[in-house]
Amino acid sequence: MDYWLTVFRLAVRAMLAYKVRSLLTMLGIIIGIGAVIIMISIGRGANASIQAQINSLGSNMLMIFSGSSKKGGVRAGFGTRPTLRVKDAEAISRECPAVRSVTYLISRNVQIVSPKTNWGTQCYGTTPEYIETRDWTVRDGQFLTAQHLKAGASVVALGASVADNIFEPGQEIIGQMIRINNFPFRVIGVLEAKGRTPDGRDQDDVVYIPYTTLQRRLMNFRLPGIVYYIGVSAQSKELVAEAKREIEELLRQRHRILPNADDDFTVRTLDEFAQTAEKTTGTMTLLLTAVAAVSLAVGGIGIMNIMLVSVTERTREIGIRMAVGARERDVLIQFLVESTTMSFIGGLLGTFLGISAAKAISVLAKWPTIITADSILLATLFSAAVGIFFGFYPARKASRLDPIEALRYE
Amino acid sequence: MNDPIIRLSGLTKDYPMEGETVRALRGIDLAIQAGEFMSIMGPSGSGKSTLMHILGLLDTPTSGVYMFGEENVSAISREKRADIRNQKIGFIFQGFNLLSRSSALENVELPMLYRRPTDPDRKEKALEALRLVSLEDRAFHQPSQLSGGQQQRVAIARSLVNDPSLILADEPTGNLDTKTGQEILQLLGSLHEKGITVVLVTHDPEIGQATNRRVLVRDGLIEQDEVN
Repeated sequence: MDYWLTVFRLAVRAMLAYKVRSLLTMLGIIIGIGAVIIMISIGRGANASIQAQINSLGSNMLMIFSGSSKKGGVRAGFGTRPTLRVKDAEAISRECPAVRSVTYLISRNVQIVSPKTNWGTQCYGTTPEYIETRDWTVRDGQFLTAQHLKAGASVVALGASVADNIFEPGQEIIGQMIRINNFPFRVIGVLEAKGRTPDGRDQDDVVYIPYTTLQRRLMNFRLPGIVYYIGVSAQSKELVAEAKREIEELLRQRHRILPNADDDFTVRTLDEFAQTAEKTTGTMTLLLTAVAAVSLAVGGIGIMNIMLVSVTERTREIGIRMAVGARERDVLIQFLVESTTMSFIGGLLGTFLGISAAKAISVLAKWPTIITADSILLATLFSAAVGIFFGFYPARKASRLDPIEALRYE
Repeated sequence: MNDPIIRLSGLTKDYPMEGETVRALRGIDLAIQAGEFMSIMGPSGSGKSTLMHILGLLDTPTSGVYMFGEENVSAISREKRADIRNQKIGFIFQGFNLLSRSSALENVELPMLYRRPTDPDRKEKALEALRLVSLEDRAFHQPSQLSGGQQQRVAIARSLVNDPSLILADEPTGNLDTKTGQEILQLLGSLHEKGITVVLVTHDPEIGQATNRRVLVRDGLIEQDEVN
């Protein structure tokens, strides 16, 4: 311990003897580590905001679509063969323990007429659970209730975009009567805006009425009990896969699908979105890592360069140390500690620089940045590793000097 | 006298140089008794420096046997040689060879830093050695703040600090004025009186007179070996 303390003191003193030179040498590491910290924090920030966007689609969400119809080998795509029913949704809610809430819907394109104007939009016939399953919040009034559903009431909740388009700003909306495909509906609520999905669709350009009402008024019972879509939210993020398994098993049973036959429905999770996003950020991270590695290598070569100069300058000192009994290992350790101390301090300064720059970026450019303890730890450990790696060659050179030659060196 | 602490027999050293081989030592036989105060003399190019390097285990002979105490050290590893230098040999050089950025005290501590196991009382021992050369009040001065004579005394304290059985001094007065040189010589003499073996390498016959035994080296051979 005593030995290492002395060696470390020596290293610090050697650095302080040439302050400007040491600082310039460290600059490569400072910039390299600073860049690493900035890039990691931007990458993490971007990742988190993408993650948040995906979560806005509904937490722990699973979507069940009915299967595709098949005519003479032509498969028409999702939803063309209506196989999902209200009873399926009810069974899922009843029998799948990993499921928290279930909703279902059927949709139509409709024309809405308000006292002032009219607007074409999507009309969802759904259930009260929709709002909780998909993580929506009500801005004004209320959402559909179980009573509304049971009674087939002529009430409507508006998406924010629709509300803004058919009513004047500031106008009292709740309680107004509007017409949907000529049927009168009373507005009971407006939902909080959610914005666009990652693919640009406006999630707020929609109106909600009870499933039963839509069946009765707008569809004339053309597809009794049929739903286009069942939305499920799992008990937790970890249980999404479990919920998917339970639902598939249940629906296969209910639809009497033979063991080797294809499903007549599809269960999708947000994992697919998340995987795409992860792939994107993964590519970005790889790119940034490559840039960071290059800058650290440049910084490391700077250290190696100066250590080689230092070994040459201090040849005589090395000779003296060897004459009084320093072994190869002692000399090697001394120079390694010196290069590592230099790169480690450079790493600390670089970390500080990186954190400040990341903070500045999130304030000035409004980019989200996230700094975590593990990225700081990684950066400082990495800088020390750079010092050991690039300091090894000069240190070895020093330790291999011939004592007589070294003592004669002027 | 007891057994010799150093015995050289048939020692040679060749240097390859620009295709030719320079034969620096051509067969040296020499025994040094414990507690001797001797000088190795000779003109430059005689081989006396090479002899000193081999004696000090800074270099290895091409052939021949070097017995250091009971041990044959003619062909031991670098590491082993470093350990013996550290524990059994003290060096004093013409150019002092102190670390310029370290204090007198740290310079004296240096050999103890490389000694295993490390000594917790390094500082006290170094101060003790400085007291021996009357420099305890200069302990925290750097070499540049000391006179030549004082620097050489720091070097002597450094050579003493690990209690070596042999002190090798290479032209220790070469960079000093006559009066200071005399003082250094007296100091070395007093070490001899304490029972330490001191070997002095010089080209100056006057300094050789001050020792008890003179070995004259010429053309890589011992030409003369006389007791004063």
